[in-house]
Amino acid sequence: MSYLEARTRFNQVFDLAFIWLFARLRVFVNQVGEITGFASKSIRLIFRQPLRIQELISHMEFVGNQSVTIICLSAVFTGMALAFQLFLGFKQLNASGMVGSIVALAIFRELGPVLTGLIVAARAGGAMAARLGTMRVTEQIDALEVMGVDPLQYLVSPRILASVLVMPLLCGVFDFISMIGSWMICIHLLEMDEAQYWERINVWIKPSDIFQGLFKAALFGLFFSIICTHRGYNTKGGAAGVGSSTNRGVVLSMVMIIIIDFFATNIIKIFLDWKEVLLR
Amino acid sequence: MNEIAIDVSDVRKTFDGKDFVLNGMSLQIPKGEITVIIGFSGTGKSVLLKHILGLLKPTSGSIKVFGQEITTMTADQLTKFRQRYGMLFQYAALFDDMTALENVLFPLREHRRELPRSQMVEIAMRRLHDAGLDEKHYGKIPSEMSGGMRKRVGLARALALDPEILIYDEPTTGLDPVLTEMVDNLIASTHNLKKGTTSIVVSHDLYAAFRIADNVAMLDAGKLLLFGTPEDFLHSDIELVKRFVAKGVHRKIESQAHEKIEVSRE
Repeated sequence: MSYLEARTRFNQVFDLAFIWLFARLRVFVNQVGEITGFASKSIRLIFRQPLRIQELISHMEFVGNQSVTIICLSAVFTGMALAFQLFLGFKQLNASGMVGSIVALAIFRELGPVLTGLIVAARAGGAMAARLGTMRVTEQIDALEVMGVDPLQYLVSPRILASVLVMPLLCGVFDFISMIGSWMICIHLLEMDEAQYWERINVWIKPSDIFQGLFKAALFGLFFSIICTHRGYNTKGGAAGVGSSTNRGVVLSMVMIIIIDFFATNIIKIFLDWKEVLLR
Repeated sequence: MNEIAIDVSDVRKTFDGKDFVLNGMSLQIPKGEITVIIGFSGTGKSVLLKHILGLLKPTSGSIKVFGQEITTMTADQLTKFRQRYGMLFQYAALFDDMTALENVLFPLREHRRELPRSQMVEIAMRRLHDAGLDEKHYGKIPSEMSGGMRKRVGLARALALDPEILIYDEPTTGLDPVLTEMVDNLIASTHNLKKGTTSIVVSHDLYAAFRIADNVAMLDAGKLLLFGTPEDFLHSDIELVKRFVAKGVHRKIESQAHEKIEVSRE
């Protein structure tokens, strides 16, 4: 192959790669724009008459109440496993007294909101996408529109609001139960000093640690509910379409929770630093 | 001809900017009569229906419903305006987590909030009765009902708000001949019961059109091919209409044979 041919081929491959990348980017930007429009309209409709209080309560019950068991079960074992692992590590540094406070810090700031977000996104988010997807393919959403009922206001807005309201509560339950798990391991299995355990937690943990976790949980609730309802609402095709929407909704929600967690943590840190400077 | 309920004028619709699904569609649907819209698959029947309901906006042209231009209405205006419509979907589109009674109550709960619940229930039960559903089925959810029962509930729900325009989207598609006839009779009896209602039936079925229609509109390639009475269709010289009529006659023969079998069984 001559130099000219090789150069031409390289240029062609480069052009194709650029075209492919640009097309992908365009699809991504379009989707982000579409989801943003969907979300802003749905959030606006929360405050419009008639207020959907009955639907809101029913979705809060579904997202919150029905998730409590699975949250408690996950939380207790997370707390226990984390305490045990940290004890094994800290023992080598002769710092096993720190286990309780480090577990609390990890749970309140990170693991509580993130694990609650992932669990509820998988359970309730998947159900939301599947429900709306089924309603779309069986023309139930069209029926609402024809009846003069705004489907976004009736189906989507209460689900988003319910998720935002309930997620901090579930995160609080997760935090509390995982601390019980940690306490059981530290005090009853590893026979650590109980007074020291609680004293260290008291010294290390500030209310802002708990509140930032709860805030992040609400943020995750907002994102997974928007993503899953958007996927379900725009389902195309039959049963296969519903399956695909549910799958995409849950996977995207989980990935977004982890990405958003990173940015939210940084933004909260900057906010808390500013607050501290201003208060001085 | 009666006063015009729906006036579709030179409507064109394209989704991709190239192919026109509706290509200069003009159609006047008279008030208080049954108009059946027929045509082969892909001729634009469903797209036309979505335009009449305001679910789609035309690329160009005008659609007036009771003299009001709906193509320029805002989403909120359309949502309110749609309370004047009732629609029976192809597969009824019942809310699957609600009973038959709750399905019919739903539009009343949404748009007649001023009524006490007891009165809403009374209206819903009357509509279910009008649609021919036995009272013992009022508490069933859609998955516990047969196709015919679902159609009746769907019709009762469409009638709940006393709509001025009743739309039936392919109500007999996929049904056996007996059920098809039952649905045809239901459409005719509902129309007789609700005098003054404008009924629009979208169908593939010319035989049904002949049985129930005051007017038939046949679409082809996004345009109106022929609008007239069933008689006009029987005597039309248009080749496509002749083919369609031949199919309708074939269906009639099949149906008559079925009736004979039923009689001999009895």
